[in-house]
Amino acid sequence: MPDGFIVTLIKSLILANLVMGVFAILTWAERRMLGRFQVRLGPNRVGPFGLLQPIADLVKLIRKESLLPIGVNPVLYLAAPMVSLFASLAVFAVIPFGGQATIPGTDFQIFLWISDPSVALLVVFALGSLSFYGFLVGGWSSSSKYSLLGSMRAVSQLISYEVSLALAVIGVVMMSHTLSLTGIVEAQHRDGLPYIIPQFLGFAVYVVASTAETNRIPFDLPEAEGELVAGYHTEYGGMRFAMFQNAEYVALIAFSAIASVLFLGGYGWPWLPGPIWMLLEMSIFIFVAMWLRATLPRVRYDKLMSIGWKVLLPAATLNLLVTSVIVAWRA
Amino acid sequence: MPVTGTVKGFAVTFRHLFRKPVTQQYPEYKRPVYPRFRGRHRLHRHENGLEKCVGCSLCAAACPADCIRVVAAENTEEERYSPGERYARIYEINMSRCIFCGYCELACPFDAITLGHDYELAEMSREAMVYGKDMLLEPMHPSRTTPVAPVDPFDVVEPAGDGGPA
Repeated sequence: MPDGFIVTLIKSLILANLVMGVFAILTWAERRMLGRFQVRLGPNRVGPFGLLQPIADLVKLIRKESLLPIGVNPVLYLAAPMVSLFASLAVFAVIPFGGQATIPGTDFQIFLWISDPSVALLVVFALGSLSFYGFLVGGWSSSSKYSLLGSMRAVSQLISYEVSLALAVIGVVMMSHTLSLTGIVEAQHRDGLPYIIPQFLGFAVYVVASTAETNRIPFDLPEAEGELVAGYHTEYGGMRFAMFQNAEYVALIAFSAIASVLFLGGYGWPWLPGPIWMLLEMSIFIFVAMWLRATLPRVRYDKLMSIGWKVLLPAATLNLLVTSVIVAWRA
Repeated sequence: MPVTGTVKGFAVTFRHLFRKPVTQQYPEYKRPVYPRFRGRHRLHRHENGLEKCVGCSLCAAACPADCIRVVAAENTEEERYSPGERYARIYEINMSRCIFCGYCELACPFDAITLGHDYELAEMSREAMVYGKDMLLEPMHPSRTTPVAPVDPFDVVEPAGDGGPA
């Protein structure tokens, strides 16, 4: 039985703020980690271990003048970062962080997800693509060639990799016979093995494609600073820039959560509470994303396209074919 | 195979994760400078406390950046600053123009000015960048000293007892 309206509202508020807090810690953690990867210390001045660095950054960004460049379309320009951030955050509405839980000290039962629609995976992909509208509109309305090129790249990258991403995930859907994320978690524990083992090819395609979807190195061409200044957010400053940045990190967290749910068995493992399992699994993916960033250079644009269409798409299709044959055989 | 190369690269970065950072945390740790490092100027004194500078302005003439200003005045029996006839009543170096070439040191006939080891020369205003005798003359302010490396193996060792600048 779903929770009532008030409980859902409170849960949404708590989750949204938690995600924002994780985002703040992640900006710090990524810089510290990259520092260690490069045999340096990273930010360590503000607070113990530099932990207050996100707050210092926030204070700096919030105090910046919110200027409107000449020639921009004000409505679209202002709306774009909000669209991106909203779409990235909204994904968390369907991500399950655990099963049913009792609030300590009471016998009040809640679900550790905000909503559990039967088409949760479709919602995730719809919202994930929606955040690219923010990138596209932001780059388009900035009246700057760098922004425009960045947003064009963002969209063509999305089109190229969304296909492989969806195909990679369909393998999981076929095995679990459901689009519901809680259903997928339950199916994995009913079968007794996380889908990373039978769906390893799909998992690999998912990781590569989600790196491209979250605009992270080596696929950060929409904001390639070497050639496009800052890509689609070139003309943004202060908190609007921070919102784009926020959207990207939240998308990274969201894609890590989805990967944990789809391939690592999500919250359903014994011995530890579900949310802890989710956190552990997500931190593996986030670590891998940072590791990728520390290791690989940005790919060339035509290479990006050929990886997307000539490697990932055939691999995902092969995975889909093999999975469908096996699933049909066993049925 | 391209895959093995990529995996090797990941191994390299992962190993680096466990190495000790090489960062030198500057304000707490000041890296020693070479013995012949050319930093902030010092105006020296004789052992009896008199200033070595006699106000000849040869340093100002040698300065390619034209950043030294010397105004000399006569010593009197009551007010004696230097052993000779004259002394530098005003000795100013504009630190925002100085290029730290050391020509003033070479030009000085009395080894009165040398380039020291201090490099922390930030000031809050341009006016403060013009250092007068209060900033340049020994004894130096204790807070403005820089550690010096013992001996640099690639540097030329000065012969002992040549009476050169301390």
